[in-house]
Amino acid sequence: MIERLKQPRAIVTALLLVLLAVLPLLTQAFDQRYLLSVGTRIVIWSIAAVSLNMILGYGGLVSFGHAAFFGIGGYAVGILSAEGIQSGWIQWPVALAVSIAWATLVGALSLRTRGVYFIMITLAFAQLVYYLASGLEGYGGDDGLNISRSRFGIIDLRDKAQFYWLCFALLCGTLWFCGRLAHSRFGYVLRGAKSNELRMTALGFPVFQVRLVACIIAGAFGGLAGILLANEGAYVSPAMMSWVKSGDLIVIVVLGGIGVRFGPLYGAVVFFALEELLKPFLDLLHKGWGEYWQLAFGPLLVIVALYARGGMASLLRARE
Amino acid sequence: MTALLTADRLVKRFGGLIATDNVSIDVADGEIHALIGPNGAGKTTLVGQLTGNLAPDSGTIRFAGRDVTHLPTHARVRLGLGRSFQITSVLREFSALDNVALALQAHDGHSFRFLADVRRDRARRAKAQAGLDAVGLGARATTPAAALSHGEQRQLEIAMAMAGEPKLLLLDEPMAGMGAEESQRMVETLRGLKSRCGMLLIEHDMDAVFALADRITVLVYGRALFCGTPDEIRRHPEVRQAYLGEDGA
Ligand SMILES: Nc1ncnc2c1ncn2[C@@H]1O[C@H](COP(=O)(O)OP(=O)(O)OP(=O)(O)O)[C@@H](O)[C@H]1O
Ligand SMILES: [Mg+2]
Repeated sequence: MIERLKQPRAIVTALLLVLLAVLPLLTQAFDQRYLLSVGTRIVIWSIAAVSLNMILGYGGLVSFGHAAFFGIGGYAVGILSAEGIQSGWIQWPVALAVSIAWATLVGALSLRTRGVYFIMITLAFAQLVYYLASGLEGYGGDDGLNISRSRFGIIDLRDKAQFYWLCFALLCGTLWFCGRLAHSRFGYVLRGAKSNELRMTALGFPVFQVRLVACIIAGAFGGLAGILLANEGAYVSPAMMSWVKSGDLIVIVVLGGIGVRFGPLYGAVVFFALEELLKPFLDLLHKGWGEYWQLAFGPLLVIVALYARGGMASLLRARE
Repeated sequence: MTALLTADRLVKRFGGLIATDNVSIDVADGEIHALIGPNGAGKTTLVGQLTGNLAPDSGTIRFAGRDVTHLPTHARVRLGLGRSFQITSVLREFSALDNVALALQAHDGHSFRFLADVRRDRARRAKAQAGLDAVGLGARATTPAAALSHGEQRQLEIAMAMAGEPKLLLLDEPMAGMGAEESQRMVETLRGLKSRCGMLLIEHDMDAVFALADRITVLVYGRALFCGTPDEIRRHPEVRQAYLGEDGA
């Protein structure tokens, strides 16, 4: 433990977690309420990115449809809310169950394919949900749906700080679980199948079932992030799950460091920090340029691909 | 000696080619039975039928007292039929120790455990380490498999195959592509493992075959030409002409 704290990566991770833990106190002290909403989004997206990192980083399964779970978790909450069921105790389990069911279906079908076909089929399934949501005229169609936040009794999700801490606690839980999973018997099979699928099959491992379970777990966490996103903005719309968002999630995972425990967290922080900084900066240069802040990611990703395969995490590795 | 594995009059055709032509062969408990023959003689095809990767057109295979002719590969593995591959196939990103640990895990079958940290599983580590020690890789435990030499990777394969505690090990050219020194190490390794299981050894390296084998079967054009002790093989005129002569061994 002490040894590990000497590594720059561990120090940065610890500082980052402490900073995130006290963020509501800081934003209140400096009266920067907007920063808290950015922080909330970082934390929620991190939950989804951590779960994507599990299948993409450890499992080698490049899912291009992970944002579908934002939408599925979000719409499950949204539709129940529109139908007058406000209790989080009902909304959240239902939303998770639907996410799990969807992950099972998509996983069972897409895991029969490999490589580019896997990417395409996960994208196709996500597009399916996207258009389905757009077609839900009764629930706002393309324009989306305003909802009221889930009611829990013990905590008030309308309170920004309380909601943030709930998200942060769930992120910590996600990081803990996915971190443990990486070094469990299950995680070893998942990673082994990425390394040499034929050999793992020849050894007698149920590779398909292991991958399916990984997809289901990732889907559940993705759905959780969707539930939180819906509650963050009190709003759901098809845009939550456009293919661009799935791409953003992959970018976050790659940027942070594929298969690195805290990589998605670094990735999400950098991603949103860049958005918040670049947008106004570009708008300052020329009105309207802010829209194109993502262009900056082109060069950044090229640099990561060429010089820092391990993402931001590799830049922080201790040099002997 | 009781026969652990008995193949009786196996036939395998590929179109017009008879790759296995009425071959009968047996391996006894604790015996090293070598299978030699020129390229294309049908050695790998024969092993494929024994492992269950290929179905014979006719004939029967008995293993450990059971008829396994129609059992799938994994069921034969469970009965104690282990194999190493002609092409090296290890998990390159994993350490040597983790490769063996995974092979052990495949054998004990508990893969849906999500939280317990395998790095803290002392029993698992100790068992994997013992497996590495048995093939002379004890000092390379933490080295990634990709960084091992070709010879070491083949040793690692043997350790992985041994993790299943097989009664019989099918070895398809374990010395292929090895230098003299590496071959010698492999000979030592296999000799050391002999007390733990029987082996069917396919090998072109005649020095290794004569150093290890209790019996040798010569396969030519899919037919078992002769079966006997190394001494008998050396003296057999037909074998010398048909195989040893050709290869100049
Ligand atoms: N799947 C297959 N389909 C058609 N022919 C095959 C197939 N597998 C092997 N053969 C043929 O069967 C014959 C025996 O091949 P096999 O690989 O068993 O030989 P071998 O003794 O292992 O040779 P080597 O020493 O080169 O490994 C060869 O003529 C080969 O071309
Ligand atoms: Mg062969």
